[in-house]
Amino acid sequence: MSNIYKAFEKKKAFITYIAVGDPDLDTSEQIIRAIAEAGADLIELGIPFSDPTAEGPVILESTQRALQAGTTTDKVFDLVKKLRRDIETPMVFMTYANVVFSYGSERFISMCQKVGIDGLILPDIPYEEKAEFEQYCKQYDVDLISLIAPTSSNRVAMIAKEAKGFIYIVSSLGVTGTRSEINTDIDSIVSVIRENTDVPCAVGFGISDPKQAIEMAEASDGAIVGSAIVKIIAKEKEKAVTPVYEYVKEMAEAVHSI
Amino acid sequence: MSKGRFGVHGGQYIPETLMNAVIELEQAYNHYKDDPTFQKELNELFNEYAGRPSRLYYAKKMSEDLGGAKIYLKREDLNHTGAHKINNVLGQALLAKKMGKTRLIAETGAGQHGVATATAAALMGMECVVFMGEEDTRRQALNVYKMKLLGSQVVPVKTGTATLKDAVSEAMREWTSRIEDTHYCLGSVMGPHPFPTIVRDFQAVISKEIKEQILEKEGRLPDAVIACVGGGSNAIGAFYHFIEDKDVRLIGCEAAGRGIDTFETAATLNTGRLGIFHGMKSYLCQDEYGQIAPVYSISAGLDYPGIGPEHAHLYDIGRAEYVAITDEQAVDAFEYLSRTEGIIPAIESAHAIAYAMELAPTMNKDQIIVINVSGRGDKDCAAIARYRGEDIYE
Repeated sequence: MSNIYKAFEKKKAFITYIAVGDPDLDTSEQIIRAIAEAGADLIELGIPFSDPTAEGPVILESTQRALQAGTTTDKVFDLVKKLRRDIETPMVFMTYANVVFSYGSERFISMCQKVGIDGLILPDIPYEEKAEFEQYCKQYDVDLISLIAPTSSNRVAMIAKEAKGFIYIVSSLGVTGTRSEINTDIDSIVSVIRENTDVPCAVGFGISDPKQAIEMAEASDGAIVGSAIVKIIAKEKEKAVTPVYEYVKEMAEAVHSI
Repeated sequence: MSKGRFGVHGGQYIPETLMNAVIELEQAYNHYKDDPTFQKELNELFNEYAGRPSRLYYAKKMSEDLGGAKIYLKREDLNHTGAHKINNVLGQALLAKKMGKTRLIAETGAGQHGVATATAAALMGMECVVFMGEEDTRRQALNVYKMKLLGSQVVPVKTGTATLKDAVSEAMREWTSRIEDTHYCLGSVMGPHPFPTIVRDFQAVISKEIKEQILEKEGRLPDAVIACVGGGSNAIGAFYHFIEDKDVRLIGCEAAGRGIDTFETAATLNTGRLGIFHGMKSYLCQDEYGQIAPVYSISAGLDYPGIGPEHAHLYDIGRAEYVAITDEQAVDAFEYLSRTEGIIPAIESAHAIAYAMELAPTMNKDQIIVINVSGRGDKDCAAIARYRGEDIYE
């Protein structure tokens, strides 16, 4: 078992995403420290992929900047190793199947355990394809996170039954990005999940303000924010550390107030 | 192992959001592929609308000039819209219509698949949006105009290298945001299952016809079938009914661009390694960390960093061979076929012709080569003229 459960232990979880290496690795390191300090319960670290088909323009551009800045899988592992000396917040990688496969799936997943990564989110690995990664995830105590979408309908129970760590509920159709409204019936998805597993679930895609975060965390066990943070980094670049800290603090406090 | 495997290749590496859509597509396809009414309607479209069967033409002058094997040209360039792409599109559009979809989306490289999709959408009264790399909208401006003329919207894709792979990514993104009324009319034998199988089945009409036509003309099977390969739809179509005939050599011609020892290449099997991308496991042009390589070819239709999973499998088991043809060889072949036979081939198809020009002289006069001329070259004339240093206005 990984440490992901700790993020959901006492209260609703506030979960953040950033693409590692945007605008550069040193700034990323400071941003991640700021996010942990500001009260995030779980940190998703994106390893940039050249062609991220599940991402909207904000995260797509962020991962492109990270790649242009020379970010590689090995450099991300090195950074996590360094951060783990003093950060206890559970951390998971979010990347695409080819980044893991190309590194050698077993080699990649064993490295995750070695540097202190708790889980792996691969948006292009659905239930049907998870076996080839999950065998190593089990071996090295890294949770392969399952995603559930608004279109999952009859698949929710099947996915929930085998879920590990936490379940990532995709709030809306389409790619990542901020949205003014979320129309999916999260409540009914969550109730099917609860019938089938004790693994916690959190909602992501489209959340940017405290009101949305509270609403989604109330309906589930947590709220995930990516694009809204990445937008601050895109705008402030090397000066993003303080504004990201302030934003995460406000959002985390809102979610923890439930 | 999941569905839709060709050896280790294939599968369904897509976001959960799309899973029910591909499952629904697979179920619909399994139902309609054996439905006599569907097959009758599709055959009528093939014959009456697209102009099938396409001719198998004996290229006498070319055969004599090269001084070796007899060369036959499978004239997919004579199909309506000028390429093999229409075979797959008519099949998928008809299937989408039966599934109750009212909107088609598609990616396109050279523009041939986009034009074919726009054509089928016009014919069947469906809405159509085509994603095309911005770089390709410049290389293939005429096809952009045609798609608009046919009533489609063309979305230039600016991300990444602004070519075919980025158009595929953007079409996949669009599909995840609108599934209910929309069918993604994928243009090649790639992507997640069931696309590689569906597209192959609709393109297999090419080899079915070649087999009948060559048996009628020569009373025997060919010694080699040659086709160009990007994603690989015309090639799998030309190969499929010969896979069981072990004496028929199957040869795919990849785009080497400026050469397979340079970074400016799109020759996947000659330079790539196994990976996962665009919904499938297959060979990919990628760097040591699995980042997809920015591929290059003079041909917008072959300018893709992956290859269909069934080709990857035919390569693994040694049933098909895959050679790399440079821009220069392809342009020479483009000019050669125009001069020798009065047929201007697509620059994609010219890659297959280039290899036949090497192979034919090494064979005997009683041997037979069939080249799949997958498309016509009108769309390429301006670009080839520029390649030769001549600036013409389209």
